Amino acid sequence: MAVINDLKVFKDSAWLGWQMEANWTDPFLFMTYSMVKPIAGTLILVLMYIVVTGGETANAYFSYMYVGNAMYMFVAEVLFGVTWVIHDDREHYMTLKQVYIAPMNFYVYILGRSAIKIAITSFGVFITLVFGVMALGVGINLAEVDWLLFSASLIVGLISICILGLALGGISFLTAKHSIGINEGLAGVFYVLSGVVFPITILPTWAQSISRVLPVTYWMEAMRRGLEPAAMRELTSTAGFDVTGMSGVSDMTMMVYLLASVLVFFILSIGVFRFTDYIARKKGKVDWTTAY
Amino acid sequence: MQHAVEVKSLTRVFRPKKKKEGDIVTALDSVDLHINTGELFGVLGPNGAGKTTLLKILATLLLPTSGKAYVAGFDVEKDLIEVRKRINMVSGGEISGYGLLTVRENLWMFSQFYGIKSKEAKARIDALLERFGLSNKAKAKVRTLSTGQRQKMNVIRGFVTNPEIVFLDEPTLGLDVNAARAVRDFIIDWIRSDSNRTVLLTTHYMMEADELCDRIAIIDDGRILACDTPDNLKRMVKMNTTLTLSVSGLSEVDGFDSIPGLLSYSSTKKAESSTTELRFVLEDESCVSDIVSKVLSAGSRIISLQKTEPTLEDVFIKLVGRGLE
Ligand SMILES: Nc1ncnc2c1ncn2[C@@H]1O[C@H](COP(=O)(O)OP(=O)(O)O)[C@@H](O)[C@H]1O
Ligand SMILES: [Mg+2]
Repeated sequence: MAVINDLKVFKDSAWLGWQMEANWTDPFLFMTYSMVKPIAGTLILVLMYIVVTGGETANAYFSYMYVGNAMYMFVAEVLFGVTWVIHDDREHYMTLKQVYIAPMNFYVYILGRSAIKIAITSFGVFITLVFGVMALGVGINLAEVDWLLFSASLIVGLISICILGLALGGISFLTAKHSIGINEGLAGVFYVLSGVVFPITILPTWAQSISRVLPVTYWMEAMRRGLEPAAMRELTSTAGFDVTGMSGVSDMTMMVYLLASVLVFFILSIGVFRFTDYIARKKGKVDWTTAY
Repeated sequence: MQHAVEVKSLTRVFRPKKKKEGDIVTALDSVDLHINTGELFGVLGPNGAGKTTLLKILATLLLPTSGKAYVAGFDVEKDLIEVRKRINMVSGGEISGYGLLTVRENLWMFSQFYGIKSKEAKARIDALLERFGLSNKAKAKVRTLSTGQRQKMNVIRGFVTNPEIVFLDEPTLGLDVNAARAVRDFIIDWIRSDSNRTVLLTTHYMMEADELCDRIAIIDDGRILACDTPDNLKRMVKMNTTLTLSVSGLSEVDGFDSIPGLLSYSSTKKAESSTTELRFVLEDESCVSDIVSKVLSAGSRIISLQKTEPTLEDVFIKLVGRGLE
């Protein structure tokens, strides 16, 4: 019974999220925007790459960086999106109080509201990858893709990030102003330490040990192995050493690691959410706005 | 019988973050209260008395510092979901809503958070929109509504989920006379149409409390000073009802002494209108008809009649030593 109700809340709040995202008079404009935005963001990085390396994009390292950058959009959007829902309901629509006292699972509501953002991001990631392959020679070969590895790691990793996002969402309850900063900070940590656009082996040893406990590090590696196995092999063979620093880690270990991170983040996020919920009620912050 | 709301030595203290931001505020100070199922209960008090704080605690938005509060028998600190299933809350001046949805969609959205069947919700929404004169706005985006219309929409939001107990925090605040009237009439109709419904409303309008409520708690500075029916509260002030008559053609002013329940009277001749103003101080209101028949049998005509009774304002002044506003 509870599950059915949760599904319904998820569906309805996803609909609400959709109404907000697609609040465009012209669906064609909306589509264009959803495609142009991620590509434009990526082109900045590509341009920087070309300036620094002097041109060549059809090589293994460019593919490594390009795919990592595309996949990272999920991390940024999810961490940002969940907090944004609470911020938006609180400050903009002023509905947080009413949503909060409704007899539903607040967790499910936030996930539903963010779902559409994740869907739009998926579309953006897809478009970015297609653009990369067609226009820049990014080394994704459909015949070689390990679909099982890619889709399994994509899904498990995404769930893991969503749950982490929820924990951060709880913190937004307390710090309306700073929470976006916390999330961007964390997203930044992942960007630098998780092998998104450069391998962790170029980091100092102490930083590498942090990298090795961040699930995003394994997520990036697993998705690359699935999506661009040839480029990953070439990267190591041309360099002559273990560029990613992960060649010793099997696909299976990475999956286990991602699954474990789901569990850890789940426990963490329930704890954080309960705690912040308690503090918010104790201090009277649920219906509190920065304008107050 | 189980009470709809039960509050036991409820205290809520707000501590400033920094010393220089002011003193510790005791918004609620050992409040004891019980509200019966079916009651339209009012909490009357000036700004800052602690009314909103009380409602927030009952609506699971805020924790008490000490004491206990139960809604429909459930602890507001622990049985959150059980409490939430049975309540809803509307605050006066509330203009919240998903601006990009239509009024109907916005209300529907909230009904869904309470697990109400979509079809049932839609029928209820349409009936309520009709009732509040907002039918023509059903398909308008929330962001295009005026402040008053948004407020009415939020009153509807509070009732669309068919709560057992509804908390209304100064529901007519800022509404124009007609809209306030519509809201008050609705509240009365709503509670009278089902004996399992309970309303707890706060107000600082004395007339509103008097007109609507079965019982009223008078609150000031976090303390409940009195709690009773409006009539009983007024009896607390030892102020007698006065009856003022303006009559014409009155030849003699006597014979009133023999009327039981009449304390004293006086008369003033108004030369300019050739009328007489009679003022009677009553101990017992049942003597009104004796007075009137006496005046009529003396062959005079009553031009106007005015009765002055103690108001809740007088009760408040007696209890607090100052007025309500
Ligand atoms: N979040 C808060 N932080 C600090 N003080 C508060 C807070 N909420 C209410 N108060 C104080 O508590 C007292 C009661 O407030 P409130 O319950 O809003 O009164 P009312 O609704 O009767 O006007 C006031 O003195 C108010 O300033
Ligand atoms: Mg108030």
